[in-house]
Amino acid sequence: MIELAEKDKSIAQMLLNFGACPRCIFRFCRVELQALYRRPYKELLCELHTFLQSNNNESPCEMAQPPCKRIRLESTKEDTEEQTPNGSHQPTNAEKDGAAEENLRPAVCNVCLGILQELCETDFVKAVCQKINSSEYQFSSFVFSVSFPPQLSVREHAAWLLVKEEMRKQDLLVEKDDLVQLKEAYKWIIHPLFLEELGVPADGKSLFEVSVVFAHPETDEDCHFLAVACRSCFKPAKNKQSVFTRMAVVKALELIDDDDFHKNFQCPPSSPKTPCTAVDIQCTNGAIFVAGRYNKYSRTLPQTPWIIDGERKMESSVEELISEHLMATFKADSFNFSSSGREDVDVRTLGNGRPFAIELVNPRRVHLAADEMKALQQTINNSSDKVQVRDLQIVTREAIGHMKEGEEGKTKSYSALIWTEKEIQKEDIAILDSMKELKLDQKTPLRVLHRRPLAVRVRVIHTMHSEYIDEHHFRLHLKTQAGTYIKEFVHGDFGRTKPNMGSLLGMTADILELDVESVDVDWPPALDNE
Amino acid sequence: MAEDGSERPAVMATVPGVTERYFTRWYKPDAKGNPCEDHCILQHSNRICVITLADAHPLLQKGKAIERISYQISANCSRLQNKVSGKSKRGAQFLTELAPLCRIFCSDGEEYTIYSCIRGRLIEVNESILDNPSLLQQKPYSEGYIAVVLPKFEESKSVTQGLLTRKEYEEVLSKRFNCTL
Ligand SMILES: [Zn+2]
Repeated sequence: MIELAEKDKSIAQMLLNFGACPRCIFRFCRVELQALYRRPYKELLCELHTFLQSNNNESPCEMAQPPCKRIRLESTKEDTEEQTPNGSHQPTNAEKDGAAEENLRPAVCNVCLGILQELCETDFVKAVCQKINSSEYQFSSFVFSVSFPPQLSVREHAAWLLVKEEMRKQDLLVEKDDLVQLKEAYKWIIHPLFLEELGVPADGKSLFEVSVVFAHPETDEDCHFLAVACRSCFKPAKNKQSVFTRMAVVKALELIDDDDFHKNFQCPPSSPKTPCTAVDIQCTNGAIFVAGRYNKYSRTLPQTPWIIDGERKMESSVEELISEHLMATFKADSFNFSSSGREDVDVRTLGNGRPFAIELVNPRRVHLAADEMKALQQTINNSSDKVQVRDLQIVTREAIGHMKEGEEGKTKSYSALIWTEKEIQKEDIAILDSMKELKLDQKTPLRVLHRRPLAVRVRVIHTMHSEYIDEHHFRLHLKTQAGTYIKEFVHGDFGRTKPNMGSLLGMTADILELDVESVDVDWPPALDNE
Repeated sequence: MAEDGSERPAVMATVPGVTERYFTRWYKPDAKGNPCEDHCILQHSNRICVITLADAHPLLQKGKAIERISYQISANCSRLQNKVSGKSKRGAQFLTELAPLCRIFCSDGEEYTIYSCIRGRLIEVNESILDNPSLLQQKPYSEGYIAVVLPKFEESKSVTQGLLTRKEYEEVLSKRFNCTL
């Protein structure tokens, strides 16, 4: 019934003496039948004893009642030579424990410290789910991640050394990796319970993660001898509270030789008084991405918050005017704004707008129906006349690449209001209209030189079209290679952009206004909203 | 939002030029104690400084003809060899206030040295004035600049402490004018 073979008997008995729970015994006997692990603890205990006592005539039900600790004492007395390889076992500890208390709860497993006992049972799962359900998360599956205290690896190793020795006696060749890992057995048991409580399945690819961190302060010192025995594994790290990370402990256990381990670690270890406790239960949803295009109609609105020396220079920003509504709707922890290029604070973005994408980190909501999305877009547009958005939609992380790819090769269209020092006639500016594919040598503009490398870049103005206004003003429509600095092309930047409007017209020129007319990136796809 | 020309009048009222919009002017009169050899330092709000001649510099007075400009400031140091790389402008020559930037030779035999006037790293010198020295006189505050210098971040405020504001400089000029009367 419990899938243990006759050959497993001595190992099972030995582990029972060690203080292991039935499920840990199955793990060390490489039982891979998941259904077995899910059966009630008491039944497993009862049947295990039946199996171990099968040569005797004792009734199994009688055996089911006493906790395994009592059983261990009895069997210790029976085969003392076999169970204490280093002679360090002190059964007196257990004997001191009150028998009444033992009857209430099974003794805490000396290997898993309760993980495969009450910590994988319905009450525990219910408590975790209560936390999940109170947190407003929208999810259709979950991935469960669990972190065990590092000393569990030490106890696992101690039990493994015993088992290994016994196996060798039986001429069996088994590797530590062949055992059923604690984490694996734990998930076998707990996933169906979560499915029952949450109504959604476990899925390793789910973006909704439930993570539980277990700790067991009572036995934290179990690891400490490793720092002396394997000093090289325990380098202090800046952001870790303790050098005894699970990784470091596992690595040390791979390196330490068996004799050293036995010399330093009492085997079996003293029985724990309490099981592990869940010290941290966290839910996180994977980031979602919302994309669209924005128009900016203000010349006093920066794209992102403008902060110099910790001081805010301008109220609000494009990023904030859009994101605050997304944050409220998706209930995210934070956001990251990106866009296809950016405009200066005093530049408007007209036409079809500029593509942008916003990453929403750890959102509670992850789905929005088309009409809800439309309503969200309307809310943004009603809240400010400085910024308007269109084509608002949820996109994949991968799709964000379309926005950034080939930015250099794209064209941008601008409209500039230009002032000339000398008086002009229509004919004076007409020469601009005939210039096609005009190559510019642009030195990194002085206004960004403090944060960008100094270089001369060749940029192309594909076409220009001028509209005469009066003797000192005209409007210029330009189609340029992305990355062209328009302001510098007009005022010349101390002659650092060549040619420039001044050199082309033979007079000093300045730029009074600049608008982006279009950003030629075909992403995100247009939605027919209107 | 009006996108036609109706908003024109407001923005077309006298708008300050590029230099006035983005740069603060600082002055160093009588650089290195040489009377009237005034320098002007245009500091951008991003701390970049452009070194130029100031109005009263003898080179900008009527009748001066520039023969030659040289960035070779000593036998083994030429400002033309200055090369910077990366965002952090590695490899820049470091300048103190009295570091010479270039020497300007006039047809009347006079020779003038232009100084950095501020501590910082030399980012670039204006090579256009080598071929066309008259730029220096025609457009001293734009295409006729001498060099671009980047002060250290932590010194971006203190580098201009020994310099005069435009108002203070105008006072110096009027005093100087009154003395010569
Ligand atoms: Zn266990």
